[in-house]
Amino acid sequence: MRVHVDPSKCQGHNRCYALAPELFDVDDYGNAFELNDGVVPAGLEDKARLALANCPEFAISIEE
Amino acid sequence: MSETVYGPVTDWATDFDHASPAYAADMHKIWDDLKNSGCPIAHTDRYGGTWLPLTHELVHEIAYDTAHFSSQGPVVGQLKPSELEDSVPAPIGGAPPISSDPPVHAEARRLLLPAFSPKVIDPWREEVIMICNQLIDDMGDADHIDAALQYSQHIPVMVIARMLGLPVEDGDKFRGWVNLVLSGVGEERTEARMQQFMEFNEYLEFHVNDHVENPRDDLISFLLNAEIFGEKLSIRHVAGSVILLLIAGIDTTWSGIGSSLWHLATNSVDRRRLVENPDMIPAAVEEFLRAYAPVTMARLVKEDMEFHGVQMKKEDWVLLPFPAANRDDKQFANAHEVVIDREENRHAAFGLGIHRCLGSNLARLEMNVAVEVFLQRFPDFSVDANEMVTWSTGQVRGPRTLPFVVNARA
Ligand code: HEM
Ligand code: SF4
Repeated sequence: MRVHVDPSKCQGHNRCYALAPELFDVDDYGNAFELNDGVVPAGLEDKARLALANCPEFAISIEE
Repeated sequence: MSETVYGPVTDWATDFDHASPAYAADMHKIWDDLKNSGCPIAHTDRYGGTWLPLTHELVHEIAYDTAHFSSQGPVVGQLKPSELEDSVPAPIGGAPPISSDPPVHAEARRLLLPAFSPKVIDPWREEVIMICNQLIDDMGDADHIDAALQYSQHIPVMVIARMLGLPVEDGDKFRGWVNLVLSGVGEERTEARMQQFMEFNEYLEFHVNDHVENPRDDLISFLLNAEIFGEKLSIRHVAGSVILLLIAGIDTTWSGIGSSLWHLATNSVDRRRLVENPDMIPAAVEEFLRAYAPVTMARLVKEDMEFHGVQMKKEDWVLLPFPAANRDDKQFANAHEVVIDREENRHAAFGLGIHRCLGSNLARLEMNVAVEVFLQRFPDFSVDANEMVTWSTGQVRGPRTLPFVVNARA
């Protein structure tokens, strides 16, 4: 599984980083990006889905 | 709570008043009735012409459409910005970035973002914990407390005053001024009100100038050093930003904390679950933000236009009721139910699009710590049946008094 943050949609609500810091990080302006090229380590799939389900800007996508 | 200058509402579809006590008391039913009667965008001639879109989809669309909707007037008033003597025109507006449109907005916002990023805000946690505990210590061993007047209203004031570098003991003054700006929309523009606005400006200019002479490690000094388009900010811009942070950060967070505590005072099952499982608090706070979203913003129509079948006129106000978007059952399952462990929660309490609340990381920290500490110290509390809970009217909604009985303390 891979996650991706679309930087043109992300407004820095910071939900992804709060819910899944293993998968996302934020820059100095609070905008998010995926860690590890978006590769989701085994066992963290639910966290990836949780982040997607809580992004108000629909900026996160998942490739199964 | 008194009526606005426009008097009681006669019809919610054609004569609504978002600042009226009737709206504050019954907004959920008003939204549902309007939507069910086939009116997703209500109108009123009040405030010189105002629209109220009610679905998540419409609110989302307008928030994103900065080409047609300007942020120059984020708070609806009796006069349009163009009718005010001291108004600053779009795309800058009187309080950048909240009043700004592209292309100025991004730059004005960029300036402040680093001061409110998660990694700068998280370290304030200990300080907020201390403030919350101190406020509870100050209540002594009283069984009857007011969680709004003795707790929630003080937290954001004490935090932002410390961050800005303003005297913490001036909290009552800030709150008075914030109230003047936000709650007074439907009231008459009296000499006394104008006088208070002047005092607010003078107070800030004094403190900003003091920071010019005596720089320190705080937000006002940070702003004085910051640059926009390659130039230092003017004193007026810095004072404007400070006003914005006070206005945007105090009433809103006070409301968010208060609504959360009110929910827990009136829902003992949820309260017990959080006392027993404090690690559920962050998700619960998101649900309180969704269900009791404190903030409704506004936009101004840039030019006459048709929008989903209605004719909007240049300079009409358009409200962005994020609280209504958050209760839209097309976007949220069981939208009117408060589900403290809701898994999917794309709520819009902090807005949508480019104006996303700049203070959202701080607001979330304050709400989480405030709930956490309150439950630790008062594992059982309820609303005092002999007293009244009162709610604010206008674009920021939250409880202004919360008379509680403390049934257990730890
Ligand atoms: C629970 C508390 C809060 C809520 C619900 C809230 C809500 C909002 C909303 C909905 C907006 C969007 C405005 C728009 O679309 O026009 C906004 C913007 C803003 N908020 Fe907050 N806010 C809260 C706390 C704070 C705090 C603590 C601060 C700072 C100390 C703050 C500073 C700002 C600023 C500066 C903006 C303007 C951002 C921009 O225009 O780019 N807010 N807030
Ligand atoms: S939750 Fe969405 S908008 Fe917020 S930081 Fe993550 S990707 Fe960006």
